[in-house]
Amino acid sequence: MKWITNFLLSSIGKKLIMSLTGLFLCLFLIVHMIGNLQLFAGLPAFGGDEGEAFNTYAYMMTHNPLIKIISYGNYFFILLHAVQGILITMQNRKAKGGKYQGSETAKTEAKVASRNMAYLGILILAFIGLHMWQFWAHMHFFEMDQVKYASMGEPIKDLYSLVAEAFKAEWVVIFYLISLIGLSMHLMHGFWSAFQSMGLNNQKYSTIIRGAAMGFAILVPLGFASMPIVFYALSK
Amino acid sequence: MAHGEIKLNLHIWRQKGVNDKNAGIKTYKNVNVDTHMSFLEMLDVLNTKLIEEKHPDGPVSFEHDCREGICGSCSLVINGRPHGPMQGTTACQLHMRHFKDGQDVYIEPYKATAFPVISDLVTDRAALDRIINAGGYVSVNTGNAPDGNAVLVPQDISDEAMNAAACIGCGACVAACPNASAMLFTSAKVSHLALLPQGQAEATKRVKKMVATMDREGFGNCSNIGACEAECPKEISISNIARMNREYFSAVVGKD
Ligand code: HEM
Ligand code: FES
Repeated sequence: MKWITNFLLSSIGKKLIMSLTGLFLCLFLIVHMIGNLQLFAGLPAFGGDEGEAFNTYAYMMTHNPLIKIISYGNYFFILLHAVQGILITMQNRKAKGGKYQGSETAKTEAKVASRNMAYLGILILAFIGLHMWQFWAHMHFFEMDQVKYASMGEPIKDLYSLVAEAFKAEWVVIFYLISLIGLSMHLMHGFWSAFQSMGLNNQKYSTIIRGAAMGFAILVPLGFASMPIVFYALSK
Repeated sequence: MAHGEIKLNLHIWRQKGVNDKNAGIKTYKNVNVDTHMSFLEMLDVLNTKLIEEKHPDGPVSFEHDCREGICGSCSLVINGRPHGPMQGTTACQLHMRHFKDGQDVYIEPYKATAFPVISDLVTDRAALDRIINAGGYVSVNTGNAPDGNAVLVPQDISDEAMNAAACIGCGACVAACPNASAMLFTSAKVSHLALLPQGQAEATKRVKKMVATMDREGFGNCSNIGACEAECPKEISISNIARMNREYFSAVVGKD
């Protein structure tokens, strides 16, 4: 069994862990984004269901046993990805041992995102911390306002109102937008990079993967950004 | 092209021995440079001057051999770029006409903990040799040379293998990489043999041993930045890295 640890601790194995956990998180982002778009159903402009669609969805997400298992996997993968990413970055720093004083770079060279994955990651981690404190911790541990819908027997937690309230604050909206720009940059490099790490890039696929990465890195953060922007704008 | 003379301010890394505490950049102002010279000839002329002047710094050590862009000995980082500003050109093939009168030029040794600086611009790159020793070869029995046409290799495969084999092992990829990763070098060496039928017999062992040696030598982990590909004087593609990753996965996971 030694071959497994050897493999996972090799430079290529470590990168495989980064890419698989990264792509799992990408999958999570799509599901999370689409699910959250149900927030809009609560706005008077889009029908105004008083948060019923979103709140019943949030109830299901916190009570369905299958979703629970997946969410534990998700927490684990975020931590694994973040810890591994930071460890790799520290190891790489040590291997480099400093910067050149000359300051030119090659014209064809990759952009800022690829060189700053760890900083972008730490920004995302800080965001996840705040975000989970604001909503996840309330759903799981704290007393919250409840609402009663005809479709549900018991009153359920009113996450919709908590979100709508949070997005009235300027600093929250600004921090969300900055973090989403950071996420976009992380994905601009990361999505493509994951395929390279898995060995799936070659002349045939490279253009397709780069295009998909670009689309993903723009559309997903944009979808997320639409929520704080619209809720903030309509609260004024 | 007209014969020209320019003056450059050279900022050169000076270091005596591996553990020199006083190592650092020293500046040589207004150095006369003929634009027809190559970069290494420019350093030769500077050294002649330093020797004649009995300059306390002494001549600048740097590595070279062929001066034809094929041996990979020359290893200078010029203004932050391994082998300097020209695409697909080694430092020895770089000419001074690409520099402007009055320009500041920083000349530094490769930066990577796996490549300790021995003296001034000279680094010990034996770590790359040890990666090759670990598996960058094919074993053949002695005897008559086999018939060239006995083993058929399709032209496109042969071209692809040749592109990888163009690697001169200079280490510019490591020098360019912010992580000091040797993945482009190692993947080029793995690829050119993995692509050819002659390389198949030892393919599994080769990639495992070469990657293990690369990791042991203290190079960083590849994060697919692509600086290596951009600076490689032989323009080796990072698609070789993806190929090596594939080779490695199938060797470790897919075979006994
Ligand atoms: C939703 C959150 C995140 C997603 C979707 C994501 C996605 C990705 C992907 C797809 C990669 C490319 C993997 C590869 O190159 O093989 C990557 C790389 C990376 N991520 Fe994340 N990531 C997220 C959060 C984080 C966090 C919180 C951190 C750390 C604090 C982080 C740090 C890194 C680092 C350092 C790399 C580069 C690793 C390397 O190439 O050596 N990421 N990420
Ligand atoms: S001296 Fe041989 S490649 Fe430059």
